[in-house]
Amino acid sequence: MAKINIKIEGIPYQVEAGQTILEAAKACGYEIPSLCTYNHGECNVGSCRVCLVEATGARGLVASCVYPVAEGMEIRIGSPAATEARRHSVELLLSNHNKNCQQCEKNGHCELLYVAQLTGARDDAFAGAHSETFLDKVAPGLVRDTSKCILCGRCVERCKNAHGLGILGFENRGFNTIVSPAENRSFADSPCIQCGQCVNVCPTGALMEHSEIDKVDAAFKAGKHVIAQAAPAVRAALGEEFGYPIGTPVTGKMAAAMRRLGFERVYDVNFGADLTIMEEGTELLKRLTEGGVLPMITSCSPGWVNYAEYNYGDLLPHLSSCKSPHQMQGAIIKAWWAKQNNIDPKDVFVVSVMPCTAKKFEKEREQEKVDGIPDVDAVITTRELARMIKRSGMLFNRLPDEPWDQDIMGDYSGAGVIFGVTGGVMEAALRTVYFKLTGKEHDPIEFTAVRGHDAGIREASIDINGTTVNVAIASGMKSAKVLLDEIREGKSKYQFIEIMGCPGGCINGGGQPYVRPVFLPNEADDILDTYKEKRAQALYTEDERQVVRQSHNNPQIVELYEKFLGEPNGHLSHKLLHTSYAAREGFNEVK
Amino acid sequence: MGGLKAEAVAQIKEICGRYKDEKTPLMMILSDIQNEYGYIPLDVQEVVSQETGISVAEIYGVVTFYSFFSLTPKGKYVIGCCLGTACYVKGAQNVIDKFSEILKIKPGETTADGLFTLDALRCIGACGIAPAVTINGTVYPKMSVGQVPDVVAHYVKEAATA
Repeated sequence: MAKINIKIEGIPYQVEAGQTILEAAKACGYEIPSLCTYNHGECNVGSCRVCLVEATGARGLVASCVYPVAEGMEIRIGSPAATEARRHSVELLLSNHNKNCQQCEKNGHCELLYVAQLTGARDDAFAGAHSETFLDKVAPGLVRDTSKCILCGRCVERCKNAHGLGILGFENRGFNTIVSPAENRSFADSPCIQCGQCVNVCPTGALMEHSEIDKVDAAFKAGKHVIAQAAPAVRAALGEEFGYPIGTPVTGKMAAAMRRLGFERVYDVNFGADLTIMEEGTELLKRLTEGGVLPMITSCSPGWVNYAEYNYGDLLPHLSSCKSPHQMQGAIIKAWWAKQNNIDPKDVFVVSVMPCTAKKFEKEREQEKVDGIPDVDAVITTRELARMIKRSGMLFNRLPDEPWDQDIMGDYSGAGVIFGVTGGVMEAALRTVYFKLTGKEHDPIEFTAVRGHDAGIREASIDINGTTVNVAIASGMKSAKVLLDEIREGKSKYQFIEIMGCPGGCINGGGQPYVRPVFLPNEADDILDTYKEKRAQALYTEDERQVVRQSHNNPQIVELYEKFLGEPNGHLSHKLLHTSYAAREGFNEVK
Repeated sequence: MGGLKAEAVAQIKEICGRYKDEKTPLMMILSDIQNEYGYIPLDVQEVVSQETGISVAEIYGVVTFYSFFSLTPKGKYVIGCCLGTACYVKGAQNVIDKFSEILKIKPGETTADGLFTLDALRCIGACGIAPAVTINGTVYPKMSVGQVPDVVAHYVKEAATA
């Protein structure tokens, strides 16, 4: 790119032509107070006016996030006019905001509060009428509170970018404008898949996960046997809440922290992941050899399952009937662990720690229950676990590294760990399917062709004993749609497809710690481009460190089948570990 | 979408098809549907969404942004009172209040007999003849409160004889 000459605060700089003032200033060492830190495809309207600066050649002050630099431009960021204008912009945003910061779960991560402090917007300068507000707490996964919404539209963009869905949009006009699903419906009454990607980008507390910390507290109070199980992706991100660099695995400290929170047992859902592979691998082999519906598609991601039920009801027979790992493990805890310990399953309370908001919905599904008893009683996100740890006074970084509880389901394979990243379930399944078909382990263990860390489709052809198995991987519904439309048109060449709801898989789930450059001063400038890869690497590293790398070699899995389940896809497995799906109307009749 | 008849779905698809070569066809499609049916309910928007690939939320946003579009059926006669700045200072509020009083409906509502809808419009660009009222495309310039009863009576009579 060509370089051009500009001046910032009177100092000459050379910057790349075509950059916005915000980007150019950042490269020169200035962080202009803004709500987006810098444009990252989530907003391109420049409507919040927080990042106003003076620039020669422009009429009035300009929004630096969208205004491009030009040769000879002189920019003033810190002038009285610019600082006052930015303060007014924030004051105007605050004038229709509920400002109930101490009761807001976003506190500590709120970008609006941050720019308010930065710009000095302390007085209620534009106190006046507030627009009518709406609170949606109906959906199990998500909460929407328009009293905190500043209409920036990031969530609208994210929903479109990640999924091509556009569940959220601007509604009405002027003072009455809100961001909501059509008709100001609840997420529960719209074809929202409750993935929580919108929550990850919301700068305020307008969009949040539906917290279940209260439920966990109540279970402790009631004297239940409270068991916790944590998903693979959680260990790759939880550390970020406690100041660790992105991509630091904190498995041992997480187990230690959960134990100190009072959980009777702390388990790794990796065991459930291994169990899933045994069931799903067997199901795939059956479909391949007995002429079942192909391609088979994974069913671990409840966001994806929601999408399928809303949009591809005709393709539901393609979904594996396997429950997701935490549901399987929950079922085993209640059916097997409880029996072993002479406890009534009704007194067991299973808490799943998930990188996901859709899991909160999944656990409520009627199809997941066994004899009317849910497999899992509460789902908390990675962020909620961090909140519980913080309020308990633990200094996370001083915790020792402790192992998970070892009874019954303590062992796990490296294959289970990589479930947390797009392509991981596929690789884990291939390791086991290859062994089942050939009688020997794949060498090398890894199937690197299916690996990745971003949205987008990957495909691979695996030769197993002379038979070619074609597989494909997609994450984010925008990519998934391409593969699904191929199946619908009868053009799909694949036998096995992995689909994850969130772009990049669970490591980028809607319940993971927020990645906000403004709160991460020690991360590189390009962290928004690299955090998924870093989190993925944390999981692949843990896989490599495991002695057992394939699900079928997990000794406790072998034991579980010998002593309890019988065989994969057997009678008991079907009762406990498999589920069913049903097409749903997106905009159902609201009574 | 269950509530729509097959022929209605077909007609909406036909309307969408008219603009399939347009870069931004949404306004034209909605305009045609509004003219055809008098309103654009959610299940119709769902069909438009399927045909155009534009999300329902975005379509809903456009429908609720422009006062020309309506989510509920409009009356036989749509009375649009301009409340733009010029009309307002010339007494448009009194005019719309008078319509409200006679028809016993608030702006945005439709009479129970389905005859009249009263709409408050923001500037219709006819400031020179403020306060301006439009009824099904007919413009009533320099409307006064005193004229309102006669205007209403005229349309009631027209409907009765039609």
